[in-house]
Amino acid sequence: MIPTDAKRPLQLNDQGQLRHFLSLDGLPRSLLTEILDTADSFLEVGARAVKKVPLLRGKTVCNVFFENSTRTRTTFELAAQRLSADVITLNVSTSSTSKGETLFDTLRNLEAMAADMFVVRHADSGAAHYIAEHVSPDVAVINGGDGRHAHPTQGMLDMLTIRRHKGGFENLSVAIVGDILHSRVARSNMIALKTLGCPDIRVIGPKTLLPVGVEQYGVKVYTDLTEGLKDVDVVIMLRLQRERMQGGLLPSEGEFYRLFGLTTQRLALARPDAIVMHPGPINRGVEIESAVADGAQSVILNQVTYGIAVRMAVLSMAMSGQAAQRQIEQENVQ
Amino acid sequence: MSLSIIGARLIDPASGLDQLSDLHVENGKVLAIGAAPAGFKASREVAAQGLVAAPGLVDLNVALREPGYSRKGTIASETRAAAAGGVTSLCCPPLTRPVLDTSAVAELILDRARDAGHCKVFPIGALSKGLEGEQLAELVALRDAGCVAFGNGLNSFANTRTLCRALEYAATFDLTVIFNSQDRDLAAGGLAHEGPTASFLGLAGIPETAETVALARDLLLVEQSGVRAHFSQLTTARGAEMIAQAQARGLPVTADVALYQLILTDEALTGFSSLYHVQPPLRTRADRDGLRDAVKAGVIQAISSHHQPHERDAKQAPFGATEPGISSVELLLPLALTLVEEGLLDLPTLLARLTSGPANALRLAAGELMAGGAADLVLFDPTASTVAGEQWHSRGTNSPFMGHCLPGAVRYTVVDGRISHEA
Repeated sequence: MIPTDAKRPLQLNDQGQLRHFLSLDGLPRSLLTEILDTADSFLEVGARAVKKVPLLRGKTVCNVFFENSTRTRTTFELAAQRLSADVITLNVSTSSTSKGETLFDTLRNLEAMAADMFVVRHADSGAAHYIAEHVSPDVAVINGGDGRHAHPTQGMLDMLTIRRHKGGFENLSVAIVGDILHSRVARSNMIALKTLGCPDIRVIGPKTLLPVGVEQYGVKVYTDLTEGLKDVDVVIMLRLQRERMQGGLLPSEGEFYRLFGLTTQRLALARPDAIVMHPGPINRGVEIESAVADGAQSVILNQVTYGIAVRMAVLSMAMSGQAAQRQIEQENVQ
Repeated sequence: MSLSIIGARLIDPASGLDQLSDLHVENGKVLAIGAAPAGFKASREVAAQGLVAAPGLVDLNVALREPGYSRKGTIASETRAAAAGGVTSLCCPPLTRPVLDTSAVAELILDRARDAGHCKVFPIGALSKGLEGEQLAELVALRDAGCVAFGNGLNSFANTRTLCRALEYAATFDLTVIFNSQDRDLAAGGLAHEGPTASFLGLAGIPETAETVALARDLLLVEQSGVRAHFSQLTTARGAEMIAQAQARGLPVTADVALYQLILTDEALTGFSSLYHVQPPLRTRADRDGLRDAVKAGVIQAISSHHQPHERDAKQAPFGATEPGISSVELLLPLALTLVEEGLLDLPTLLARLTSGPANALRLAAGELMAGGAADLVLFDPTASTVAGEQWHSRGTNSPFMGHCLPGAVRYTVVDGRISHEA
């Protein structure tokens, strides 16, 4: 018996346009390309003296962060402001016992204040799906990161970075290195790369940090960094959380760095024009050497700039998809 | 009250009976199967042509939620739901508040169940005080108060020596111990079967070995202590194989499986619906098929509902923050009939797994039809259908099957000759 709601395209409206942005799973290549193209056009806005466009004038965007964040929250705020929206940001601390209630009630309250869009970050995988399905079907929900599951705007800003520096995805080798198991960035990147036609996606890490069945994403698994980095065009390093040393996932930061840290020497195994990416915040000397992070091949700071443009693209597209859906539904009623 | 059931297909797996026959009930007992004794005139006659009459179902795992969690369900509401599912006898686990580790709690449950009168209730006592796995509960006192077996739920014993002693103590008095084999450390923090689906959804995994490692240990301890053991809530094909191997080498162990484990797989989690959040978790298609084979072969003798009703709020959160469990007893018979519909089991075999199988596993006086025995029956129409949720008695509406059209419809449930459910 297959559950009837299993594959409903929750994040698309009846015309296949974005109305929520929860995950990259199930989104067609054309839609991802549209996000990248739209973001490209917004990059030009960021370079102007007056950095605002009126696309979301009169709309209210609520950033609700149940988990700490600086970069993602700030770039979402900037993106909404550049679209001329009113922006509220809430940092909601979670107590583990009443997590669900807090989430439900907080969002119902914000909804009552006539918010048009929620940007949500939450420690539970599936939180954004839950909100889109149960709390506020008429408010556009943008996933700012849910547990280990997805971080789709980060995924798309990484794709924009790759496209702007490498021109496309068709002939690329991309390596994702480090803690794949706990990384929502890695999951979103693997899906995006596959959808956009990247033929060689590699994940590199020790078995304790690789999810069971990671091959399902269409990736090749390497446990040896020197082997995995050979001739790649793009290296995406992931942040290693300190708490991974507990519970026996890794013996020490030092041993991780020796085996999986990106040093100048190791980077030399990749193509000479390879770029180095990192979702930040970086741990110098844990997963990446300072000389690499600050080096000529690093595009880590460009990623931040592109992040604003990608978030502008997603916010504006989801808002118009949501509006179109409401119009369709009204017409159906009449 | 006396009752005559006329023209039903009578199936009694315990005796192998499967024939069109009448059945007569007087003073709570089966008076006769076949022709009525001379001069007998029932006060009520049920025209049962086209219906199947079988022993009332025996469900080894129904959380009644009382005492302690009456917002989720009460003894009255959940036994009423069980009657609607065709159940006449059920076991409730010790996961109450306070824990069922004293005679007082057992007596409270039995009193309220008797008052409600919908089903016979057989409590499972806690094996250790507070289910903490450290000190033994007063097993003999609990037995005398009516507990039919003892278990520790998913709270496994951290200390193997303490568990070993608990088993030896239980063996001394020929008590049955129920195992929910799951290694605490391997399962810690897990939300779903460790596999591609959980990886894709970013949900922390519970590996197959959480079950099999604990099961291996438990089987060896059972063998050494000689305790009567029943393994509850198997979820893996490998686990079912281990039970089969133990039985093959002569260990008299029995096992049950939750009905939903024979139907759903972890793929249902795609979409993050908290209705599929259960513990132990839904496993893979291969596991489901292995469990089905074990049910068919009789390695697993019992199918239970693993009924866990919840209030709405308990499921109203992102997946990981919700409480596990499905409200399932009310659909026990129609949902089980999907296994017949799919051709996995014939009807008498299915009924064996729902009546005599579970009754024998815990030595309950239930699950069979014979003259002079208790008149605990279910009458159902195998050609009708049930729309799940159209009628609902359980306090918990947390069922992923709501709205599904299921085969078969329970018409009458009879407990000690009294009709406890009629539809």
